Amino acid sequence: MQHPRHRRPFVKGALGSLPFFIVVIPFGVLFGVIATEAGMNLAQIMGFSVLVIAGASQLTALQLLTDHAPTLIVIVTALAVNLRMAMYSASLAPHLGAAPLWKRAFAAYVLFDQPYALSTIEFEKHPDRSTADKLSYFLGAGVPLGITWYIATFFGAVLGEKIPSDIGVDFAVPITFLAVVAPMLKSLAHVAAAMTSVTLVLTLSFMPYGTGLLAAAVVALAVGALVETWTETQGKAR
Amino acid sequence: MIEASNTQIWIIIIAMGIGTYVIRFSFLGLIGNRDLPGWLLKMLRFTPVAVLPGVVAPMLIGSTAAHSSDPLRLSAAMVTLVVGLLTRNVLYAIVAGLSVFFGLGALIG
Repeated sequence: MQHPRHRRPFVKGALGSLPFFIVVIPFGVLFGVIATEAGMNLAQIMGFSVLVIAGASQLTALQLLTDHAPTLIVIVTALAVNLRMAMYSASLAPHLGAAPLWKRAFAAYVLFDQPYALSTIEFEKHPDRSTADKLSYFLGAGVPLGITWYIATFFGAVLGEKIPSDIGVDFAVPITFLAVVAPMLKSLAHVAAAMTSVTLVLTLSFMPYGTGLLAAAVVALAVGALVETWTETQGKAR
Repeated sequence: MIEASNTQIWIIIIAMGIGTYVIRFSFLGLIGNRDLPGWLLKMLRFTPVAVLPGVVAPMLIGSTAAHSSDPLRLSAAMVTLVVGLLTRNVLYAIVAGLSVFFGLGALIG
């Protein structure tokens, strides 16, 4: 055993991800149900969940397809929903960047919101863990959830119309994100970044293809860093 | 119902698959273990709190939200936030928020 006194990082990550199963399972089923009702076949539905593996953008694409949007618009709009993941990629690079390319290439496949958020919490607590341990933790948080996403989609697609699709399962998504963010609001800088993000995203809602979110997030990053620098100097001055 | 052909649907799936993967791999793949400047690292540590609230807000109070400013959803969101802040526990916050949403929702009908 590499870690006699700790749980192995993969297991730790997997255990940390357990709360998200409450959300990922109904959300995956919901996608399968709606996609079946919209007329997609099983291979296409599974193709979505395996190749794209990003629920919000999958639902966006589905919505646009049922609205008869042109193919290119569907692709661009649904991809814009995933642009936030480029920021996740940048923020994980300092932690996982030293891993071999093929491992980073695999990690990128499961880089969705929940394992990302869990890993940043873990890496802030234990910044000195080895790259290998951090990668194992991240994969532990991501791989079981990803596989569950496939299975949930499959059941949704097969059971189809037997399951009601209008009971508000979509609301589980904002709930999850809030539940992830709330424990992170531990300093004035974090609260300031979050408030900036909310205020700007609502102000910039006129911007097309989710670009408002990106602009809001970048400003929020800067506000967070500035407030932190400011509070640090305040602390030193005292 | 979808009117797009099977080919069009597969084009969308594959384009989204490749595009999403490139987005995810981007910095992780290209930066690798090169050192980033300190100010950038400092900013990147705020990524989750800068992105996720911005994803959630329009779902709850935006003009484009399907159930904009629905009191049930807003109270469930508030409960999630408060429980998350007090307990610092993701699971408790999710369970609390969903209980309010589905429990209160069932009561109100």
